[in-house]
Amino acid sequence: MQDELLNMDCRQLRDGIASGRVKSVAATEAVFKAIEKYEGAIGAYISTFKKQAISKAEEIDKKIASGETVGELAGVPVAVKDIMCTSFGTTTCASKILESFHAPYNATAVEKLAAADAVIVGKTNMDEFAMGSSTENSGLKQTVNPWDKSRVPGGSSGGSAAAVAGRLCYAALGSDTGGSIRQPASFCGVVGLKPTYGRVSRFGLVAFGSSLDQIGPLTRTVGDCALLLNVIAGHDPADSTSIDEKTAPVCDCLGKLDEPIEGLKIAVVPEFNAGAESGVQKVIAKAIDVYKRLGAEVIEVDMPHLDYAIAAYYVIATAEASSNLARYDGVHYGHRTEEPADYIEVYSKSRAEGFGKEVKRRIMLGTYALSSGYYDAYYLKALKVRNLIRGDFAKVFERCDCIMMPVAPTTAFKIGEKIDDPLAMYLSDVYTIAANLAGIPAISVPCGFDEKKLPIGLQILAPAFGEEKLLRTARIYERETDWHKEKPRISN
Amino acid sequence: MAELDYKVVVGLEIHVHLCTKTKMFCGCALSFGEEANSRVCPVCLGMPGVLPVMNKQALEYAIMVAMALNCEIAEFTKWDRKSYYYPDLPKNYQISQYDLPLSANGFIEIPLEGGKTKRIGIIRAHLEEDAGKNVHSEANFSQVDLNRAGTPLLEIVTCPDMNSASEVRALAVELQRIVRYLGVSEGDMQKGHMRFEPNINLIITKNGAEYKTPIAEVKNLNSFRALERSVEYEVQRQLDEFAETGKTIETGNKTTRGWVDEREVTVLQRKKEEAPDYRYFPEPDLVPVKLTKEWLAEIRGHLCELPINKQIRYVTEYKLSDYDAGVLTAERFTAEFFEQSVAAGGEPKRVCNLLTQTGLKIAKERGCGVCDLGIKAESLSELSKIVESGTVSSSAAVSIFEAMVETGKEPDILAEELNLIQKSDAGELELIVEHVLADNAKAVKDVKIGGKKSKKAHGFLLGQVMQKTRGQANPKVVSEILDKKLG
Ligand SMILES: [Zn+2]
Repeated sequence: MQDELLNMDCRQLRDGIASGRVKSVAATEAVFKAIEKYEGAIGAYISTFKKQAISKAEEIDKKIASGETVGELAGVPVAVKDIMCTSFGTTTCASKILESFHAPYNATAVEKLAAADAVIVGKTNMDEFAMGSSTENSGLKQTVNPWDKSRVPGGSSGGSAAAVAGRLCYAALGSDTGGSIRQPASFCGVVGLKPTYGRVSRFGLVAFGSSLDQIGPLTRTVGDCALLLNVIAGHDPADSTSIDEKTAPVCDCLGKLDEPIEGLKIAVVPEFNAGAESGVQKVIAKAIDVYKRLGAEVIEVDMPHLDYAIAAYYVIATAEASSNLARYDGVHYGHRTEEPADYIEVYSKSRAEGFGKEVKRRIMLGTYALSSGYYDAYYLKALKVRNLIRGDFAKVFERCDCIMMPVAPTTAFKIGEKIDDPLAMYLSDVYTIAANLAGIPAISVPCGFDEKKLPIGLQILAPAFGEEKLLRTARIYERETDWHKEKPRISN
Repeated sequence: MAELDYKVVVGLEIHVHLCTKTKMFCGCALSFGEEANSRVCPVCLGMPGVLPVMNKQALEYAIMVAMALNCEIAEFTKWDRKSYYYPDLPKNYQISQYDLPLSANGFIEIPLEGGKTKRIGIIRAHLEEDAGKNVHSEANFSQVDLNRAGTPLLEIVTCPDMNSASEVRALAVELQRIVRYLGVSEGDMQKGHMRFEPNINLIITKNGAEYKTPIAEVKNLNSFRALERSVEYEVQRQLDEFAETGKTIETGNKTTRGWVDEREVTVLQRKKEEAPDYRYFPEPDLVPVKLTKEWLAEIRGHLCELPINKQIRYVTEYKLSDYDAGVLTAERFTAEFFEQSVAAGGEPKRVCNLLTQTGLKIAKERGCGVCDLGIKAESLSELSKIVESGTVSSSAAVSIFEAMVETGKEPDILAEELNLIQKSDAGELELIVEHVLADNAKAVKDVKIGGKKSKKAHGFLLGQVMQKTRGQANPKVVSEILDKKLG
């Protein structure tokens, strides 16, 4: 019963709860039982809210019993990456510096989950301030990959991906600045969507790289991904960079999900893909063959500027981060050093004690890139590269519906394998970063395993605000295959 | 002693608080004097996760000032982050404008002595958010009040076109008059609505050679007096320093100096090489602003005649003195009240006198504006007319004005009620004059002798008639009768 309940996807559960066949309380209790059993092994959560979650579930069950209308996610237990502010519990960003930070408000995305009657079970672990690709940079705890506990879950939304894969929630929200939703989704064998920049409000998302950050869902199926996107998407007057409904109306991604796409044209970038492990390359090629078999046309394209994406990304993201993280100084926000010798030490020691190594490295990089005399050579040049990459995408999307490529060059790597080699770690973002630079949507869909039985994700990228077609494209593959039904066997 | 001549060169950086309903990037009301940290929200506190949203009214107000300063308005303007660590700055960066300010290249006409004006160039005017305030206590800690954080702040930078402390002051006063006219700032110095930072140096000519002294920037002056005095002080200090060290702009550093109000001196704060690197970069949380022609036309519609133009017009059109024109145009509502009274038929000079000598005095006593006295412009115009026609004397007009404020009654009614209508009936007055002449034979004789004594005696006789009529005789008519009888 427990397993059967936990193996439902969000829509099955929601429909079950809405019809009265399943109680939200039962699903929520099942989730907490799983957490009690496996959380110690996986380490997906920074905080959980059992009491609050169960009482919310009871409230939903009552509403349904009395025939009241309920939201789209009524009674579904979900998790939220601990980088989104919640008016309950802490919002730590997995950093020692914010370990005890209590936000007085909810992020818009959290507010929308609550308005859809979702049950928020907890807040998930991540790389500190979303800086990393393995969740090893968490200042608070270690998360492991449910498929292999000696391996990383990916990052930075590693806690969200591990929780969804490990059946410790039905779906989760993550944030994606350079691949932080898609890469852990790929490593953990779940679906992860980074929406178009501006599709989901960033209000309440603690900023890393403001011009790149975007909130998105991690789920077990493409349909759940569409459902969650429906809930969280839309213009927010509190976020000036969220797109207004006139420019790009939010469409129902779920309604037409199963409609076929006639004459689908898929772009591939052979040269670019050659950098991936052969095991990954093979699986991706097979996945694309499925589309071919269904009648899609595959077109080889050249995207000359993608090679510069990582360099541009690490200038722009770190520059923005150096400024976004300035407020954690022991004076305004965050940990304050015990006994500063003077006023300057309040700042320097608080920050030295509070931030982890990778965060410090990126603050240094970003500060340098913005310094007078270097700005033109680094930041300005990176912005130019960003425009060229946008141009590359625009050209491809003139004649293709989407682009397919791996999410990551490898499958989940060993814990500790890359932690002392930041450059190698940065290179694991090679396929995901371009979508953030261009602001376009991209999804990771489970498409098989390597010889070590580690999941591999197929990445599909689409034009800005093309989420509806992107999800339909992903669904075509999901319908034809059973990869998404595989689940990890977790031992304690 | 070597022959030494010098010219003062001053440019100004001015910060003006705009009196919008809410702060620059959040919904908090602007604050003055409220309990510390009571007008704040997550956004102006710079909490993790918050985002700014631009206040459109602030942008429109800023553009109005830029238009009044004859600036070119940008079609495309954006926001930038200016980074520095300071306790009163919640995010440790300030949202400001760097390379694409909303306006640039303008000028302001400032009034000088004797009705002359001078044109001072404006380099740029841009919008930013103000910081909070550090409150230093006696103990070994400071506190921060963030009520002011996020207040819309217009920064205006002038060309170094001012050549004396009085010109600097004139510009400051003129700018205050402009922002008040436009209704975009209260311009209240005591509330810190305007802050000034002059950049001062000298061009010294000595034995035919020219030397420029190093530039000194004096920070955060918040009164006209401090502004003027600091420039005066700097001129003398730089002259002394040059005499002593011979340092020039090439060999000396630009310095930042603070003004010590009690001692009226400037003191060194920091040298240029210690200047911080603000690491400006485009604010990713805000979208750039496109200023369409239609929008700008709409904003331009909110402008009004500039005070300096009014002042000049009053001199040429109404033949007022430059001084009177300056007094009338100091506040927009006074000027408009004046113009309405004139439009209702009042004689300009007479209306001006009533307003400047009586109206403004009463308003000042009551701590309000002339237009708040409850008098209609038409009524003031009526009052000026009955003075002009001789129905009441100018001194009676003062009493009537005061009574109008007290009672709200019309001037002609008050003139009757208060028995202030002048006797102008020649027949009646002739009888009184005859009585006075009969009673004052010596004075009559003095008048007839002529010379200095004559004038005095004439005045004495006139005074006697006025006394007999308890001041209600029209002195002009009495004088005419006297002339006739004695002539
Ligand atoms: Zn506020």
